[in-house]
Amino acid sequence: MSVPAELRYTAEHEWVALNGSTATVGITDFAAKALGDVVYVSLPAEGASVTAEDACGEVESTKSVSDLYSPVDGQVTEINSELDDDPGLVNSDPYGSGWMFKVQLSGSGNELPSGLLSSAEYEELTKDSD
Amino acid sequence: MLAEHERLGATLTGFAGWRMPLRYTSETAEHQAVRQAAGLFDLSHMGEVIVTGPEAAAALDYALTGRLSAVAPGRARYTMMCAEDGGVLDDLVVYRTGDEDFMVVANAANTPTVVAELQGRASGFKAQVTDRTEDYALIAIQGPEAVGILAPLTDLDLGEVKYYAGYRGTVAGRPAFVARTGYTGEDGFELFTTPEDAGPVWAALTEAGASAGLVAAGLAARDTLRLEAGMPLYGNELGPDVTPYDAGLGRVVKFDKPDGFVGGQALAERAEAAPRRVLAGLTMASRRVPRHGYPVLAGPDQGQQAGTVTSGAPSPTLGVPIAMAYLTPDAADAAGAGELAVDIRGRAEPARLTELPFYRRSRA
Repeated sequence: MSVPAELRYTAEHEWVALNGSTATVGITDFAAKALGDVVYVSLPAEGASVTAEDACGEVESTKSVSDLYSPVDGQVTEINSELDDDPGLVNSDPYGSGWMFKVQLSGSGNELPSGLLSSAEYEELTKDSD
Repeated sequence: MLAEHERLGATLTGFAGWRMPLRYTSETAEHQAVRQAAGLFDLSHMGEVIVTGPEAAAALDYALTGRLSAVAPGRARYTMMCAEDGGVLDDLVVYRTGDEDFMVVANAANTPTVVAELQGRASGFKAQVTDRTEDYALIAIQGPEAVGILAPLTDLDLGEVKYYAGYRGTVAGRPAFVARTGYTGEDGFELFTTPEDAGPVWAALTEAGASAGLVAAGLAARDTLRLEAGMPLYGNELGPDVTPYDAGLGRVVKFDKPDGFVGGQALAERAEAAPRRVLAGLTMASRRVPRHGYPVLAGPDQGQQAGTVTSGAPSPTLGVPIAMAYLTPDAADAAGAGELAVDIRGRAEPARLTELPFYRRSRA
């Protein structure tokens, strides 16, 4: 299972990458493996406001459906429309072409919320259930 | 076998006290392999109950809905065990392995019930009921290439092993009961061996089948395969509150038995009555997937509940989500107008009534 060190994580298995004041969000390799083949991803609309820890979409796999949570507060600037045609990208490249949406962080800051997990903390969280 | 599954990178799932492979790599790829080439399943969690004795056939006639005494040695029958009220306690495949010998294959979670009920129901007969689940491993090889992969490894002439037939023979030099049965909608075989022989048999099939596209397949693929094939799953389409008639499987109930059978009286009444509900197929227009327990809506503005989804999944073969659902007879009828929907977490998604099965293999 891969947990890139440069990313931040939520306990709900999202990852976040920060570039300036824009956060890119996806789900982790662990989550993708646990879900099985992803068949449909419902994403927030571009321009929509999202709130940290609130559901903003859903991820359907063969066996189950899971809510997608935003790790941050802000406004959605871009969604990964490739996932519409090829939701399997979430399985094959969860930290790359399987990214889900980008958020312009609200407020003045370009810092991620302090409650997010480091890669070490996330690995600790998931190691027993792997 | 567990070590082999772990070596293959399987995601394991706890099921009725067993650790079983849910998927190896991608359940969609495993599903497609079974439809187009072949898949290898470990089904050792299934229960094997042996019924033997001079009145074994009569005991099973009384204990189950089918007429097992009419099954010839070497043949198998899909049947059910019902309670006195006609509710289904399990659906079963029964193999007649000799004049006085039968093997009853039960769902893992129901095996203790099936054993206890068979023992109780057979007590007035000269028949002995033994739970042999721990003594048997079960490997299934399913798909159009299955026969070609298995043929060189067995001493049986597979051309003589017809659908729903089974014989003792060998596979890869190991003793095995080889049956042409399955739960995928494809041609294929189920191989009952000792647990010790299962590993070598699995390895021999894996090696022999690699060039034909055989892959290890898990329970997730098995579930979408059986759903496309319109086959019921106990706990979803079948249960103690469901009769065989509800499930559209009244054909498994045989009344022409001299001594009657458990549940016969209740089922005779159900056979005459108008159906309470109808098991129907649904095909979705959107990509959101109907799941077990979701309400089916009908009527003006889809304002009333007309049933409940029993199984649903994205169909790898059809490319859209499909479901089976119990509907009121009215809804299953009026749905010709195309007014059905499934309430998928608060949003009504249009659904089209579809004749079961969703998938039927083409027979060469």
